[in-house]
Amino acid sequence: MSLNIKTSIDSRNGKNKLIYILVCLFSFLAMIPLFLILWDVVSKGYKNFNINLFTEVTPSSMDALIANMNGDPIPGGILNGITGSILIVGLAILFSVPIGLFIGIYLSENRDKKFAGLVSYLTDLLQGMPSIVIGIIAYAWVVKPLGGYSALAGSVALTMMMLPMIVRSTEETLKMLPASYKEAGLALGSSYTSVVFNILLPSGFGGIFTGILLAISRVMGETAPLMLTALGASVVNWDVMEPTSALPLLIWDFYNDPNLVELVWSSSLLLLIVIFLLNWIAKIVARKWKV
Amino acid sequence: MKDKIFRFLLFFAALIILLLTAGIIFALVSRSTEAFQEYGIWGFIANPEWDPRPATEEYGALSFIVGTLYTAFFALFLCVPFSLSVALFNGEYFKGKRISSFVRSIVDLLAGIPSIVYGLWGFYAVRPLIIDLGINAQGFGIFLSSIVLAIMIIPYASSLSTEFISMVPNKLKEGAYSLGATQFEVIQNISLPTARSGIVASYILALGRALGETMAVTMLIGNTDRIPKGLRDTGNTMASVIANQFGEADGLKLSSLIAIGLLLFVITALINMIAKLVMKKVASI
Repeated sequence: MSLNIKTSIDSRNGKNKLIYILVCLFSFLAMIPLFLILWDVVSKGYKNFNINLFTEVTPSSMDALIANMNGDPIPGGILNGITGSILIVGLAILFSVPIGLFIGIYLSENRDKKFAGLVSYLTDLLQGMPSIVIGIIAYAWVVKPLGGYSALAGSVALTMMMLPMIVRSTEETLKMLPASYKEAGLALGSSYTSVVFNILLPSGFGGIFTGILLAISRVMGETAPLMLTALGASVVNWDVMEPTSALPLLIWDFYNDPNLVELVWSSSLLLLIVIFLLNWIAKIVARKWKV
Repeated sequence: MKDKIFRFLLFFAALIILLLTAGIIFALVSRSTEAFQEYGIWGFIANPEWDPRPATEEYGALSFIVGTLYTAFFALFLCVPFSLSVALFNGEYFKGKRISSFVRSIVDLLAGIPSIVYGLWGFYAVRPLIIDLGINAQGFGIFLSSIVLAIMIIPYASSLSTEFISMVPNKLKEGAYSLGATQFEVIQNISLPTARSGIVASYILALGRALGETMAVTMLIGNTDRIPKGLRDTGNTMASVIANQFGEADGLKLSSLIAIGLLLFVITALINMIAKLVMKKVASI
């Protein structure tokens, strides 16, 4: 009898241990791909990661072919992609941040209204929308009516992706602020507008700014919607009505062009550096200005 | 007066979301009517033919719907052991410990990597493995895309389930421990059942992500316009066929591609709605 109890306890403890080990093992395995990807991108990308990458535009496929045959490094860089990304994402920030902030404030200030519930629901719907569908929308809204691909169309697509993220982070942050902040402001005779701009927004700065940074880092690498809207260009372009390139679009072009494929890794490396930098700054901001 | 204007501006901004949604639905529906009028809604959905040659032009979405479901569900299946482990690691075994925040930030970084970089990595690093294993001669196909997709959705599936697992009240667990349960028995009989709805919801949301993923899949699935015969076969998903063929499309083909976009939108919206309903159940506990 006592023997039976002993084996039963042993088997329970054994099972307990086994599961513990499996959980640790699989959690460890889940982290490996990150390092494999980073290693791949860094080890293949650092060779072409030089000053040319930032100062010259994409070479033509022909020039690259000749350089490849002579064993020279590929002439040219990805300046057109860098400026394009700045233009398209910058414009998207300009559109999405003010609107997103206002919607976020509205949602946190009108929690119990039916209309706010509906808006909140639709925000979730937008957030879950596949990026390629957003590309189609921007194509239908901007590319078709204006008669051509443009940086503006790309910005509209990215705006639609950033908006729900900014709305959510603003709303969540403001909801966490104690009601006494607002009450104190109003009790001192401040106007509602001044309470929002001088008390609520500054107190929630950390959370809101973090949300914006994360939204930027998320759309920085978006490729699919830009393929249907901004299309790409081989020159530096600052005109919002013209087709424009972007870093992820260039990566896609390089991937499809056997002559330029060497550049794929250095541009991916740059893209990852930008994205991780944004994530890192977001983390610091979140820690420093904790609500 | 100033306050009134400000309040109105806030309301107007919120109205923009409403207008956006209406505009999205209008744009998708109006631009896909051509395809739906030609084939009928059901005729378009159930037709496996996709033939862009002008003489025999015919478009149907079934091959891509099947391809999408294949890749997404297989990816979900592959990601479960990993994301559940990460969730238990962070929410139960090492809850609140330093190592847990380390694991969490590593997994979060996985979510930050753009889809196109996953595609590159899948093409150059994973595809040779698939060829070596003899799964598929070219390496491309459902199998390859699902593996990469599974890695991509691990952060989405695990971060939300971690929240729900760590929300399980301590007194429930303490009760079980006091009766002599081992940690695994507590997880099996208390934590997982209590957090079940939340975990299910997080996997549904991860599925939604997998359904709409575009670039990585486009680069890895092989892009063939027919119903895939199995996991080893090549195919196309709804998102990848749009990404691949949108550029050169016009007329009926363009309308058919937008119709596929509309279907994809409806499917992901439904998936998100279901996840929300399941999560509501959690909130009511």
